[in-house]
Amino acid sequence: MTQYRVLPGPEHFLPPAAASMGIYLPNPGEAHINGVIVPEEKAYEEAARQFLMAQVPTIFPGPLVLWAWNEKAAKKAAAVRSLYETLKECVQPGQKPMLIPMPDYRPKYPKINPEVEINPNHPNLTIWHNKIDCCMFIGVHCHQANLSLKIIRGGTSCYTVAMCAQAGHEDAMLSFRDASVEKILKLGEWIRKLKGTVKPRLASAKTSASN
Amino acid sequence: MSKERIKISPDLYDIMPSDYQDLVQSATYGKEDRGWKDIGTSKELIEQHSLCAGCPESMAFRYILASLPNPEDTVMVGSTGCTSLVFPMVAVHNIHSLFGNQNAIASGLKRALSVRFPDRVKDVVVLAGDGATVDIGLDMTLQAWFRQEKFTTICFDNELYANTGGQESGLMQKGFVAKMAPVGKLFDKVRLPEIARESGCHYVVNCTVSKPSLVEKVIRNSVLIAREIGPTYIQLYTPCILEIGKNSMEGLQEMRDSEKPTERFAYKEYVSEPAKQFLAELAAKDKERKAAAKQLAGKA
Ligand SMILES: Cc1ncc(C[n+]2csc(CCOP(=O)(O)OP(=O)(O)O)c2C)c(N)n1
Ligand code: SF4
Ligand SMILES: [Mg+2]
Repeated sequence: MTQYRVLPGPEHFLPPAAASMGIYLPNPGEAHINGVIVPEEKAYEEAARQFLMAQVPTIFPGPLVLWAWNEKAAKKAAAVRSLYETLKECVQPGQKPMLIPMPDYRPKYPKINPEVEINPNHPNLTIWHNKIDCCMFIGVHCHQANLSLKIIRGGTSCYTVAMCAQAGHEDAMLSFRDASVEKILKLGEWIRKLKGTVKPRLASAKTSASN
Repeated sequence: MSKERIKISPDLYDIMPSDYQDLVQSATYGKEDRGWKDIGTSKELIEQHSLCAGCPESMAFRYILASLPNPEDTVMVGSTGCTSLVFPMVAVHNIHSLFGNQNAIASGLKRALSVRFPDRVKDVVVLAGDGATVDIGLDMTLQAWFRQEKFTTICFDNELYANTGGQESGLMQKGFVAKMAPVGKLFDKVRLPEIARESGCHYVVNCTVSKPSLVEKVIRNSVLIAREIGPTYIQLYTPCILEIGKNSMEGLQEMRDSEKPTERFAYKEYVSEPAKQFLAELAAKDKERKAAAKQLAGKA
């Protein structure tokens, strides 16, 4: 049997849950890349590289950081903002970092406005509309994140990163676990460190937007 | 009770869609005398809906949301049907339950909330169609009342299964012919208000939603009585204009016609003795509060 790997799609209409394909979650101090367990340090480097390579690197903050339901949430929100500012400083002309909220999970009918928000029930709309080729989920409850990450893998070619506050997400292409303010800021440091060393995918703009 | 519960993280405030910014700035959460008159002047807790144009359920929804005494600490439980099309647009916590299970879900929820938040008032309000309340969910509806579960049950009575195209419901009138019930109903409309009273509900009202002030009073009473004393039941006529062949503008008149003294939605109310006493105390406190406010205003 070939080993399943969590790779950018489009996989197909209903991609399997990565867990059902034998992908398991990292232990503390670890992360996973494409379903392979790696030391956390390696994941920072890879996530930073993916962000710097992308045409439209995007952070999707979810309800757990958008709403100041406790002090820690507000602090994480500040760290997310700082990460976004770092990203803007470190990308090259032609790259367009975005920060798009997922305020809640309700199925919004008849449609969402993909320019200003992402909804977990049809995340592909926001990704297609903005031609997002790399994104990071942060502050999204586990079940909604998994659902959404699977839909993205099924219908788009976007690279997905999860900065998860719990045990990580199998359905992302790269997942951290135990997310904290420090970890969010550390990813920013890695982006700074790799600034100018990664070639953006700008030349292949056509293929990256073909999701 | 305040908007403290729904603050946006300051560092991400600017990226929130304007709907959410408006909600935390100008919704009526925490406003003591909130009511239907706030509709259209402050941020509504429902602005859009995907019901048929002119469906009285949309009016009913708005009046109910405007009348909840404690919206930020209220969880509504819905069920499948036309009502469930509106819940995604409602800025009050809500749970969609499996068709008919709403009163069972609400029972567990209410108990769990009182264990989890012993020092905070948490209201649970069920809102479901007549099919969910009286037919498929009757078991759950009645058992919750027998057990004296402390939450409000609201039934949007449109006298048929609207969402699935017009099948017969227990609350349909005798003889009525619907699109998917061509034979005509063979037995009488189930007398659920009377059954509610006999099953232990402390406050029961049967009416239409033609008068917003009345709906406001009824909803407020029902939630407060459920919180302090025991189960309450409100049956609201929200005619399915689509199924009875009316135009968008005709829902209100249909309700007015059906609430005449001899009609099936003539205002009917039952209040248990403990609930009567509670309401009297509430009225006395209200009077005191208003007098104090008046005195204060006079001094100023
Ligand atoms: C368990 C289950 N049984 C049946 C259905 C199909 N169903 C969907 S809506 C509906 C009727 C709803 O009627 P009512 O509760 O009166 O609400 P209305 O649409 O009239 O507002 C039915 C039977 C379902 N969704 N789930
Ligand atoms: S089908 Fe009837 S009850 Fe349902 S939204 Fe339309 S008018 Fe209202
Ligand atoms: Mg009905």
